[in-house]
Amino acid sequence: MLELIIPSLLQTVYMVFFSTVFSLLLGFPMGVLLVITEKGGIWEKPTLYRILDGIINVLRSFPFLILMVLLFPLSRLIVGKTIGTTATIVPLSVAAAPFVARVIETSLKEVDKGVIEFGQSIGATVPQIIFKILIPEAMPSLIMGVTLTIVNLIGYSAMAGAIGGGGLGDLAIRYGLYRFQTDVMVVSVVVIVILVQGVQFLGNKLASRINKK
Amino acid sequence: MIEVQNLSKCFQNGNECIWAIKNVSFHVNRGEIFGIIGLSGAGKSTLIRCLNRLEEPTQGKIIIDGVDITALDKRELRAKRKDIGMIFQHFNLLSQKTTYENIALPLELAGLGKKEINSRVNELLEYVGLRDKRNAYPSQLSGGQKQRVAIARALANNPKILLSDEATSALDPKTTKSILELLNRIRNELGLTIVMITHQIEVVKDICDRVAIMENGEIVEINTVEELFRRPKSKTAKAFISSLKSDVQEEFVIPEEFNGRVVRLSFWGDNAKKPIVSHMIKKFNIDVNILSGNISQLMSTSAGYLIVELVGEDGEIQAAIDYLKSQDVDVEVM
Repeated sequence: MLELIIPSLLQTVYMVFFSTVFSLLLGFPMGVLLVITEKGGIWEKPTLYRILDGIINVLRSFPFLILMVLLFPLSRLIVGKTIGTTATIVPLSVAAAPFVARVIETSLKEVDKGVIEFGQSIGATVPQIIFKILIPEAMPSLIMGVTLTIVNLIGYSAMAGAIGGGGLGDLAIRYGLYRFQTDVMVVSVVVIVILVQGVQFLGNKLASRINKK
Repeated sequence: MIEVQNLSKCFQNGNECIWAIKNVSFHVNRGEIFGIIGLSGAGKSTLIRCLNRLEEPTQGKIIIDGVDITALDKRELRAKRKDIGMIFQHFNLLSQKTTYENIALPLELAGLGKKEINSRVNELLEYVGLRDKRNAYPSQLSGGQKQRVAIARALANNPKILLSDEATSALDPKTTKSILELLNRIRNELGLTIVMITHQIEVVKDICDRVAIMENGEIVEINTVEELFRRPKSKTAKAFISSLKSDVQEEFVIPEEFNGRVVRLSFWGDNAKKPIVSHMIKKFNIDVNILSGNISQLMSTSAGYLIVELVGEDGEIQAAIDYLKSQDVDVEVM
């Protein structure tokens, strides 16, 4: 059992880790852009906001599996293949990016308007306000957002397993569902549950620890 | 120092224009504490936010130190804003940063080195009396302490002007006093020009040199604080002052209950400190019965009033009243 579970677990961790990193790299700037370009933002660009907002909504409306399949050509372009754990990171990251953008947007919007105004009153530039005020002030909430993203990606990666991504989801389906090895399925699911619980616990702990409010 | 000319601000609401400020003009002298008082919705907050263009004026000019700030582009404006500190009603401290880090932030953004920042922040902490709160987070500070941090932070870049947006409105009376004392010290020792908006007449009374009274987006009166308390011109000013007077329950004196003549004497400046009433009693053949009175300390002078019953012959009473008038005391027969 262990020799089945351990490699799958490592695959899942590998997939989730890198797709978290890449989806943050894609989604974080989008989230920041949403906040600063919206009406009343510190870099008001209504047209840009509407376009970005529209794209994110469209991407978020796609059922995840379909989006993944649609993104296979991108995997081939970047990784060279469409099957396997590494190849799955590409669609996972892209698919999670709009979600990340919304999570980041929500966190940054929680920042008190007054501190942004203070930044403007001392002549801070837009990048200074973003990096020195907005992000540090939103940090506890951003950590909760990243936690949410990781938990979501654990779920997504399990689904990705169904279309050849590997990992615990793949294990549960192949052994549990197709070969009627219920024990493998149960263990896989339990490991996923533990993973989610652990990530959520650590995220909560970290966020409340750094929060000085 | 600050010259505001025909300033107007409209907030667009669909096709409609809502004028928050209507053609306002005033000037603020260097080293002055200039108050802008008005009820909420009078437009005073919008007005002060126009002074550093946190709010863009729709029309008019704002000339600070010879520079029309309404004509500056974004980069020039940012540079100019370093000369204009601002403090806020709700302090606007960064909740995730310590006192030290909050005060250091403007210096950091201005590109100062670690050493310089350290010595400047320590200096400022000392100045506002918060050395022992250096590593505390805002959530661990009282309201007054938070405002002190905000003041230190506003002073960090050595501004020439300090804008105070209802800085004491969220504080209790005792803390308000101590913050006002700090602001006055800043004006006296650092030579800053302070523009403050408030809805509290006590604040104006305690600290301002001159005051503008705002109502419905317009300035209805600009006056020195002395003159305002002595001879308020506008209805709004009178209302503010009477709100202050009602604290001493003057209305409890009912003239009809007394046989003599009941008069209200207003003293001003040095008058309030001279024994004028005592002289009057010695000089004229009348008795004086004191019914009510109060002396308040204004920023630069004291103001007081006394309600007295004058008992004696009509001629003597009239002569006494004339004497008081000759001593520059306002006499009002009630």
